[in-house]
Amino acid sequence: MLTAIAIAVDGLGFAAWLFLSSVGLTLIYGVMRILNIAHGGFYALGAYSSAWAIGLYLQTGSTVAFTYLLIPLSAIAVGIIAGLLIERGVLRFMYGRDEVLMVLVTYAIFLILEDVTKIIWGTESLVAYQPAYYLGNIDIAGIPYTVYKFALIGLAIACAAVLWWGLNRTRTGKLLLVVIEDREISSALGINVTLFFTVTFIIGATLGALGGAVTAPQISVVPGIGAEIIVMAFAVIVIGGMGSIGGAIIGALFVGFARAISVHLYPAAELFSIYLVMAAVLAVKPYGLFALSERRKI
Amino acid sequence: MKTFLKKTILSTSICLTAVTGSALSYAAADEVKVGFVTFLSGGAAGPFGIPARNAAELMIESINAGKVPAPYNSAGLAGAKINPIFIDENSKQKVADYKKLVQKDGADIVVGYISSGSCKAIAPVAEEEKKLTVFFDCGTPQIFEDINTKPEYLFRTAAHATMDNVAAAKYVLSIKKDASSIAGINQNYAWGQDSWRDFSASMKKLKGGVKVSTEQFPKIYAGQYGSEISALLTKKPSIVHSSFWGGDMEALLIQGSGRGLFSRSQVILTTGETAMQRLGPQMPNGTIIGARGPNGPLAPDNELNDWFRKAYFDRFGSYPTYPSYHMVQAILGVKAAADKAASTEQNKIKSALKGLDFTTPSGNVSMALSGGHQAITETAYGTYKYNKDTGKGTLVNIKRYAASCVNPPANMKSLDWIESGFKGANCQ
Repeated sequence: MLTAIAIAVDGLGFAAWLFLSSVGLTLIYGVMRILNIAHGGFYALGAYSSAWAIGLYLQTGSTVAFTYLLIPLSAIAVGIIAGLLIERGVLRFMYGRDEVLMVLVTYAIFLILEDVTKIIWGTESLVAYQPAYYLGNIDIAGIPYTVYKFALIGLAIACAAVLWWGLNRTRTGKLLLVVIEDREISSALGINVTLFFTVTFIIGATLGALGGAVTAPQISVVPGIGAEIIVMAFAVIVIGGMGSIGGAIIGALFVGFARAISVHLYPAAELFSIYLVMAAVLAVKPYGLFALSERRKI
Repeated sequence: MKTFLKKTILSTSICLTAVTGSALSYAAADEVKVGFVTFLSGGAAGPFGIPARNAAELMIESINAGKVPAPYNSAGLAGAKINPIFIDENSKQKVADYKKLVQKDGADIVVGYISSGSCKAIAPVAEEEKKLTVFFDCGTPQIFEDINTKPEYLFRTAAHATMDNVAAAKYVLSIKKDASSIAGINQNYAWGQDSWRDFSASMKKLKGGVKVSTEQFPKIYAGQYGSEISALLTKKPSIVHSSFWGGDMEALLIQGSGRGLFSRSQVILTTGETAMQRLGPQMPNGTIIGARGPNGPLAPDNELNDWFRKAYFDRFGSYPTYPSYHMVQAILGVKAAADKAASTEQNKIKSALKGLDFTTPSGNVSMALSGGHQAITETAYGTYKYNKDTGKGTLVNIKRYAASCVNPPANMKSLDWIESGFKGANCQ
């Protein structure tokens, strides 16, 4: 029973983190048809800027509570600055090119961002654990969990809800769904597709940075963390169906629970379990569980 | 006339090239090109690669200037200055980088490699290339026990993981005699697997009936250990062993101490010393800390260590951690061999290094295993205690283990030795 409870909480916690770390990737793919490898760079920039801002702020001796505001602010700053620079400076010249070429372009941007983090923050690790501890612990069946973990689960649910509401219940969201459906018709109808691309990329970059920013208090922020997340995020969105927000939720839950079950019951297969789930899903649904339908144009 | 001019220019050029070339060759004889391979980027750079490179820079300058205390106070390697080439170990093409270092950059000696994965890849290549190569830090015993069983050009000047984990088992049982179960959380590659293998085997030999609660092997650089920590908390082992290093160890500390792992079980971190300075108040009191040898705060009192710690602190503003000490061991090993051979010729250095005993800031290093190619040293463990008044962490209850007590004899493989009940170990 104890193990079952631990699996449930760990699976949910890991799934929440995965969703926060991968939703920006699927959003950008859904709208722009770009598999944005630079997402790992946004994640790393978010983690570094958040850890750096928290460290700087706490040196003043102020209360930890304010750091919860610094975390999203860091992510927004990274998303707007890096997202805007990359979309306006590089990607807009590439629109309409082959998807494989865009993978190479964003991979190049990812490598550049890796070096940017090193130039700004050096190679030393940054540690900013205070926000993860400040909320204290909660005991579930005798196992202590940080309240911060549950806060992340809440944040993931809130993010999913806001994205769903924004896409389905607002005028801008509905226009975006039209752009996702058909760029050319959208453009012919007078929708400013370029503006939608720019805004979507900034939102996607901000979500990627938010994933890193909220993770920073739980880890040691070191060079290379962006490369680790991109593999995991890719597995999540492939399982769910690339471009689907709902798919990212389901993909994150699949991976989160597969990993938690494996760690508790058969640790030797921990890494294998994630890719086993991915292979099993793709064997049945080659484009993922909730892949966007492709209309064939004649 | 034009033909004559052409001939004159051509012949003059050839002569000048020959003269310049011979001058260059002459200059090259006075220096030794040493390739240093450590992590200069990636997750292992901050806690391992950069401290190792810092130590290398300090030692190269000091050796070239003849400023290292005796017995290393003569300038250079047998009089030849060290000309370093630094290479990043964080590469997907480690073998190609090594070959380029040897074939194109013309390195006379290669000193390097932190990751056991890197060492496993380079071990056979060093022999193929017939290039004197000194592994300075990586710990897997597989290097000379399984991969390169008849080494000629390959050496390792730091003791391997068996020493760390046999000593860890001895130490933890000395302070937690009633331990009934153990659990491990180690990275899923050679270093983590070998460390856990040696620790769990040693525990079973030293205390009959001890049970293994769970063995966790998360992917290296995973960073998120929530589920693994829950598994450890659920199984409630007496002892938790981890050979995590770098950012992974720091993440385990942050996540584990926040959830009471360190207060519910006795945790032993075989590489914990690298996080002591950085995570002072965050490191839980009572954690057992190792430094992969008598390094850092576990280093003995000697003139070399006093000089090294001061010189390192004056230059870099922090005290050296064990990767720095391991780098110093490798450089001083090469210097001791070159000075003994009175030559910088590769074959003479490797003959001199084989089976050599030399002194370092960490005490005596003896190239005693694998036909004189693998080092053994004494080692030590301590228990962490944070001093709020000074704001610094210290190690208390330090226990030292002789090299002959925690390293296998020359004629036995590590696991066979442990399973034989540490046959021939001299722990006096």
